[in-house]
Amino acid sequence: MDFALLHDAFWGLTFDGIALGAIYALISLGYTLVYGVLRLINFAHSEVFMIGTFAALVAASGIMGVKVEDDPRTGGSMILTLVVCLVVAMLASAITAVLVEIVAYRRLRQRGATKLATLISAIGVSISLVELFRIITDSLPREFPRIMEKTFLFSYAGADIRNDKVIVIIAAGLMMFALERFITKTRLGKGIRAVSMDENTSTLMGVNINRVITVTFFAGGLMAGAAAFFYILVYENTSFKVGFFLGISAFTAAVLGGIGNLKGALFGGFALGLMETWTSAVFGTAWKAVISFIILVLVLLIKPTGLFGESIQQARV
Amino acid sequence: MANLKASLNLRDKGAEFWERSPKWRRVAMAMSFIAFCYALPFLNNPLINTPGSDFQSVLFYPVGMYVLMAIGLNIVVGKSGLLDLGYVAFFAIGAYTMAILGTKTALNFWEILPIGVGLAMLSGVLLGTPTLRLRGDYLAIVTLGFGEIVRIFAVNTDSIGGSRGIAGIPTPPDFFNAKFTILDPKPYYWLLLTFTLLIIWMVRRMAARRPGRAWDAIRQDDDVAQLMGINTRKYKVWAFVLGAAVAGVGGVVYASQILSIVPDQFNLNISILILACVVFGGIGNVWGVILGAVLLAFTPERIRFLSQPRILVFGIALVVMMNLRPDGILPKKKREHFDPNWDTVEESGEGEIK
Repeated sequence: MDFALLHDAFWGLTFDGIALGAIYALISLGYTLVYGVLRLINFAHSEVFMIGTFAALVAASGIMGVKVEDDPRTGGSMILTLVVCLVVAMLASAITAVLVEIVAYRRLRQRGATKLATLISAIGVSISLVELFRIITDSLPREFPRIMEKTFLFSYAGADIRNDKVIVIIAAGLMMFALERFITKTRLGKGIRAVSMDENTSTLMGVNINRVITVTFFAGGLMAGAAAFFYILVYENTSFKVGFFLGISAFTAAVLGGIGNLKGALFGGFALGLMETWTSAVFGTAWKAVISFIILVLVLLIKPTGLFGESIQQARV
Repeated sequence: MANLKASLNLRDKGAEFWERSPKWRRVAMAMSFIAFCYALPFLNNPLINTPGSDFQSVLFYPVGMYVLMAIGLNIVVGKSGLLDLGYVAFFAIGAYTMAILGTKTALNFWEILPIGVGLAMLSGVLLGTPTLRLRGDYLAIVTLGFGEIVRIFAVNTDSIGGSRGIAGIPTPPDFFNAKFTILDPKPYYWLLLTFTLLIIWMVRRMAARRPGRAWDAIRQDDDVAQLMGINTRKYKVWAFVLGAAVAGVGGVVYASQILSIVPDQFNLNISILILACVVFGGIGNVWGVILGAVLLAFTPERIRFLSQPRILVFGIALVVMMNLRPDGILPKKKREHFDPNWDTVEESGEGEIK
């Protein structure tokens, strides 16, 4: 127990927690979107994220030619590299998510299979993707070349604010804003909301359900891809196992906020990021999963549908 | 599709054949099946042999162990419809009880077994009582987290070995002629098989009586079950605790065979694989579950010659199978097929976890 560290470095930890929380929030948006529409946990979503990290890696070293031993880029070249990596990661993840839906979900959904059967099918896809990348990478972690010089922008109350984390927080905020606009304002977003309220009725109202589901997976994949790029930008390494750990945390975040609820996913992501950073300062990093889990259980016991409740209150949860 | 229908009928016909058989034929069939199971380690058939790993050890772990745990998880997921993603926790508790008591006290295997099972059941009560009012996916994440917590706790607690685990776990004492040594997995397999048969018998008796009917009702509709006067909370906790007990048995036996355990053996993948066994084979049907467990445990060992991509092949096989037969290989028999008065409820939609 080390409360002194928490006290002394409180603002620094809080800043780190917000950056981590932004990544969690982006991933948990994917869980929540799919849950809202299909009422299913997308078990392969963590692998969608994992593929995003590798896509960013390929974009940086393959397309932009940045090598691990190179000096960080500066100016226009740096911005171009960052944007290319981000876009490639987002597209790779989104395409993976859509393929996952076609392979693991579509046929089972059309045959009216049980939730569990679909769950196992998604787990099968998840296992296959992890194994594929384990074989490709020879079980070794991969280092991400440093694209940008990491400097401290300024200091606030003893907290050093690092530029890459500022970029992550701002960019993640923009993504979430864009997603929120998309869901509330566009025709397709309206379709997503309609399907998550009542699948049958929205079909009767002329919503093309297959397209809505594809778009949902695509949007969730875009968010996961962005999270993957931000993750690799800050932590600068990835491995085939990366999806597993981040996926569990992000899923916990989605449930904490109330799965199926977009605001819940955002709040849950940031709350979990902060809690994990604070508690690992006090109890050591080894126990952070335990602490955040205990908090999750307590929240669920008091409010069984998560902090914000499910956005679409059904008769039965 | 036609092929699929034919194989479905084959399953129904098998069940019908069993229902219509006179008692002597049933006994003979069951006896020969049991004898076959006990004789399995001596079979040296190239078809079922496992190149690259010792066939007799494979029979014990993973095949026997998966079958046992899948039967236990089937009580929770298949019979009462509670999605448990942290089932490995109870297995770990059983194994750690054996490891700690076996190395630190003079108790032997047979004395530790009831303690390990008791502790697994107790943790089932402790986890189940507060959380079983959560439904579906919320229960799933809580159980998943519980499984991870038990592992993290074991990794970070130095008094029980930390991440290095516990070594030097004693083997069970000799039982008549059977000598339990590290070199010979056969006695362990027979021990496990005996436990498995006892548990199958117990579960089948229970499923036919009040708890089984209560679980059916809870799975089909929790609210209606409660309205009909079933104490749903009690039966859910019971399903959870019985599942935990079965995993506890598995853990104790496993630890006594493997001699040393480390926390990372009890990871989430085991929970997910066992769940896959249950769903893959045919949720709710004990024979389907056994078949699923045998296939899922045995296939990766059988294709070990593929070495690198074998888990990949396994994952793809899982997806393909679920797409072809979403109800599993041997789904639960449709009740209306045998009982014309049974309400025409489409069973496949009812096993769903709400």
